[in-house]
Amino acid sequence: MKFYAFHLMPYRHLDMAEAAKYRSYWSVLPNRLYDPAVGAELYQEYIDQLMMAATLGFDGVCVNEHHQTAYGLMPAPNLIASILIDRTRGMKTKIPIIGRALPLLNNPLVVAEEYAMLDNLSHGRIVAGFVRGIGVEYHSSGVNPIYSHERFHEAHDLIIRAWTEPGPFEYEGEHYNFRYVNTWPRTVQRPHPPVWIPSQGSAETIDWASAPERKYPFIITFSPMDSVLRFHDLYKQAARQQGYEASGEQLGWAVPVYVAETDEIAIREATPHIEALFNNFLHMPLEMVLPPGYTSIKSMKAILATKKGMTTAKQTMKDILEKGTFVVGSPATVRERIEQAHAKSGLKVMVPMIQFGTLPDQNVKKSLELFAKEVLPKVRGLGEGAGRVRTAAE
Amino acid sequence: MASFKSENLTILGANIHLRRAGKGPPLLFLHGAGGVNVWFPFYEKLAESFELIVPDHPGFGQSDTPAWLRNIGDAAFYYLELIAALKLAKPHVVGTSLGGWIAAEAAVRDCAPFGRMTLVAPAGLRVAGVPAGDPFIWSHEEHTRALYHDQGFAERALAAPVSPELADIQIKNRYAFARLAWQPRLYNPDLERWLHRIKVPVQIVWGNDDKLIPVAYAQAWLKQLPKARLLPIANCGHLPHVERPDEVANAVKSFAREAAP
Repeated sequence: MKFYAFHLMPYRHLDMAEAAKYRSYWSVLPNRLYDPAVGAELYQEYIDQLMMAATLGFDGVCVNEHHQTAYGLMPAPNLIASILIDRTRGMKTKIPIIGRALPLLNNPLVVAEEYAMLDNLSHGRIVAGFVRGIGVEYHSSGVNPIYSHERFHEAHDLIIRAWTEPGPFEYEGEHYNFRYVNTWPRTVQRPHPPVWIPSQGSAETIDWASAPERKYPFIITFSPMDSVLRFHDLYKQAARQQGYEASGEQLGWAVPVYVAETDEIAIREATPHIEALFNNFLHMPLEMVLPPGYTSIKSMKAILATKKGMTTAKQTMKDILEKGTFVVGSPATVRERIEQAHAKSGLKVMVPMIQFGTLPDQNVKKSLELFAKEVLPKVRGLGEGAGRVRTAAE
Repeated sequence: MASFKSENLTILGANIHLRRAGKGPPLLFLHGAGGVNVWFPFYEKLAESFELIVPDHPGFGQSDTPAWLRNIGDAAFYYLELIAALKLAKPHVVGTSLGGWIAAEAAVRDCAPFGRMTLVAPAGLRVAGVPAGDPFIWSHEEHTRALYHDQGFAERALAAPVSPELADIQIKNRYAFARLAWQPRLYNPDLERWLHRIKVPVQIVWGNDDKLIPVAYAQAWLKQLPKARLLPIANCGHLPHVERPDEVANAVKSFAREAAP
């Protein structure tokens, strides 16, 4: 198995009492609540945490994109990726950017260009993540969510062509049109950097990502354990229907992780911070999470029927533990969770989020150290040299 | 109470649902973003004097969502096709909110098929420094409340039972509304440059307590349509035809009578 440390870079010093007066921690949260003196220090703290993970032997360190929110301070993740690339010079550390939000862009060629630059700067160590952005980012970008899927697919196709076809060439699309497509620099990794598709899961995305011409790893993010397993199974079924067996390298799991000396200590230390992630930073009404068109009308009806999409309901640590949306405990417990997940799904890509919500620096560092020393060596070998992926039914 | 006749026809490959009521000169009513879920007294009053035609816009209600419907301009051209297809002779076009915007977009393209126009709190223009409400971020309840001055209307709307069919239509309407109005939010920056092409008489009706599109927007319309008449309605929200059906229906009727030779 491979382990990629992930960070959202939240504004963890947010005045929660003040922030709670607003509709959401996204888009409408006044930016006067961001203090640059505090934030500037946070960037250093978070970059150091990712560097610590790289030094401790994680296979990669990941960044991602979010806009107009205290939930994550990386509207331009490639800037942070660039720093990490330079600070890991000479190391084998991969730098996955797990997700530029393609539909939000009016010129997707900037992603082809910037990723190509990062691929050169890192001598071929980047992973190119493509996402649609979350629903509320159609409020912050103004892009019409009705065209989210169309723009994602068109931007993806354009970027792949911009990396793989000799330029210059002409591109005529529905949302994007370019007389000249001619990517300088070309990518180091050929035919192009590996692509990951982080997602909360939809049958449509799984069919598309698993297609034989793509075989993109599907990284299921922040989901209850049964959803992780269900979507991995769907991916494997989709691959089989398309004539091949999915490998564990195509199955990813992104999840907050916290390790401490004992289960009891880990849960006690993590509780306020993980609750802040789910109850504060992720708080938004349905109208912001699911703008029209972000999901199909059919899915929207199903969500409204079950109220499943509502992120307004408060979750306690107990709920979070029951759902398995968080991996927390002693090194032995965390190891066991990973072994179980691997045994059930065959997944070989794990993306532990090393900091979450308001978790302070010293806790991140302690957890990282315990993970690297007492968990990582024992779970690394899972699935290595093994044959085909098992399914939950077996 | 449903004293209208439903019919379906195909225009530009799309199945379109419309309602007809009454006799008289033709009046084409273009609904707002919420669609036509209730046959309001306003329609009954218009049907006393006109041959009233109330279509569901493409993408809304019981009409198809055709692939060609991509933006507000497509809806505008479609209505020019509809007027021709129904052989309506210079209809009085009444449009509210989104429907007013579509009517104006159609008329700047070609106002020859139009008789007169009554625009009720039309969307479509922007006024710098006077933000409109954001129906895409509001909750259903906030949105409903923001539509009315008299909160009794909001209470009744919120308390009304929602059948599964109506719930489906509400989602469909919201998706179609986003398709046409998400970005720029409720306006087309090009529209005001071409409003002068509307040569037919225009009457603008606006509630003075409109929390979705403030009444200050009426001035932007008058600036480009200096001959237009403004009828402000006191103690009224974004849906004057619902809150003040008599007043608005009478205004439409008397405006239409002026056209008579």
